[in-house]
Amino acid sequence: MHVVSGAVRGQAIALMGVVERNAYLVKRYGFWELAFFVWTVANTLTIVFIARGIEATGGRLDVDRQAASLLIGAVIWSYLGIVFEILTETVAWERWEGTIEYTFMAPLSRPIHLIGMGAFGVLYGLLRTAALFAVIALSFGLAFPQADFAAALLLLAVASISFVGVGMVTAVLPLISPEKGAQLGFIAQGLLLVVSGVYYPVDVMPGWMQAIATISPATYALHGIRAAVLDGAGVAAVWGDLWPLLVLGAVAIPAGLAVFAAGERYAKRHGKLKRNG
Amino acid sequence: MSAVEVVGLHKQFVRRQGRRRTRVSALEGVSLDIARGECVAILGQNGSGKSTLVRVLSTLLLHDGGSVRVFGHDVARDPRAVRRVVNRVSVEAAFFKRLSATENLAYAARFYGQAPGETRRRIPEILDAVGFPARRARAPMEDLSRGMQQKVALARALLTSPTLLLLDEPTTGLDPRSKLEVQEFIRALRSTHDTTTLLCTHDMAEAEALADRVGILDGGRLLALDVTPALRRRYEAATLEEAFLAATGRTLDDDEDDEEAA
Repeated sequence: MHVVSGAVRGQAIALMGVVERNAYLVKRYGFWELAFFVWTVANTLTIVFIARGIEATGGRLDVDRQAASLLIGAVIWSYLGIVFEILTETVAWERWEGTIEYTFMAPLSRPIHLIGMGAFGVLYGLLRTAALFAVIALSFGLAFPQADFAAALLLLAVASISFVGVGMVTAVLPLISPEKGAQLGFIAQGLLLVVSGVYYPVDVMPGWMQAIATISPATYALHGIRAAVLDGAGVAAVWGDLWPLLVLGAVAIPAGLAVFAAGERYAKRHGKLKRNG
Repeated sequence: MSAVEVVGLHKQFVRRQGRRRTRVSALEGVSLDIARGECVAILGQNGSGKSTLVRVLSTLLLHDGGSVRVFGHDVARDPRAVRRVVNRVSVEAAFFKRLSATENLAYAARFYGQAPGETRRRIPEILDAVGFPARRARAPMEDLSRGMQQKVALARALLTSPTLLLLDEPTTGLDPRSKLEVQEFIRALRSTHDTTTLLCTHDMAEAEALADRVGILDGGRLLALDVTPALRRRYEAATLEEAFLAATGRTLDDDEDDEEAA
């Protein structure tokens, strides 16, 4: 019993170590974090301006609602980018720094290692995207009088379980392909969002894309969060989006861990678990 | 029980040449035993298989054949148990370069289950023990000299109190003074801790000064493993360098092909 509690305590401390390391990195690269935030703001502005552009060129639409809908899409895109980046880039970064060998020969379990990175990605992603949402909403004078932010946050939290699971799959790519693996993480992010209605309703897509959308957690996250923020839908009203996210999350984490374990075994067999490829 | 027990260890890598793939042996039937508390040095050229051996013992590489046990734990079947007792210092002092020595050591220690209260006390003690100046402990690693970085690498390994310490060319590239300091620390460590050491090097003097026994690894084969006088007698050599030359037909400065070019 004592041995088991000691092991659990050890793994809890190790998980804290993963979060702590990423916090140190954010602190030490503070200027770059600011630069990336500015880039994300600029990128989001270009998307949200589309709503005003359509009106200015003679189109008829509810500009504020459309701008808010685009903003939610851009914010989710940014959030997913941060979660994937923390999971995928950290492995790639460790390869580059050479610390990957020390991390992978330490006695922290791989699930704890990956969950720690995912936890940091979620916490940091929430802070960054909350700031992004606030800056853009203020810039456009958008108000959300009906919004149920608690329901939106709950949806994002539950969706994050699936996002972390998918991120675990992409995190193994730099182990298998040191040169291009990290970029494949961005491709996965784009593919996930293009089928999920990031800036448009899912039903405008071809049938085969709509079929894929049903297994994408981003579909339910985007639909539910838009309903909560734009229409004030509460937890009960977004249950139709919440339960698929719970199911997908229950599948995504074990699947992500299994894929990562298989990738790690491949890397160990072929001598790729080292710095510089 | 031996600290390290390697029997018939084989490892091959696939090498691509255009469309052709060939298998290259990095280790061929290596067998060795290291007793608890012993220091064994493995001499070999670049590409002789030294790093492959260290990486198998570190659980970073899966071997193709043979068996490898560390304090009775099989490295392939029970890697977590092995990881708890092993740490290493390699030729590259690998750190997050923007983080300070303290930050790098703190998160690394957490991976071994050390809580913040414990590391706040131990990190300054260990940095002091390896001769790292306290005033530089919060400076980014990229601002430190190579010798200082290697001292932090030693501190990182010691922080986890490893009972098996793997040293993979720990002094390569260091200036003479830093090299002596690191060697002196390794010697002191053996006299104060219950640490078994495997030292892979191509520095003959270092091997002779630090190790109880010296092995000669060439082309993935362990040609000999014995105390230095016995090696000299076996190869009828006046020095260890001559013994190495007689055993392998090459000097240590010659390079073999990269053992892990996959």
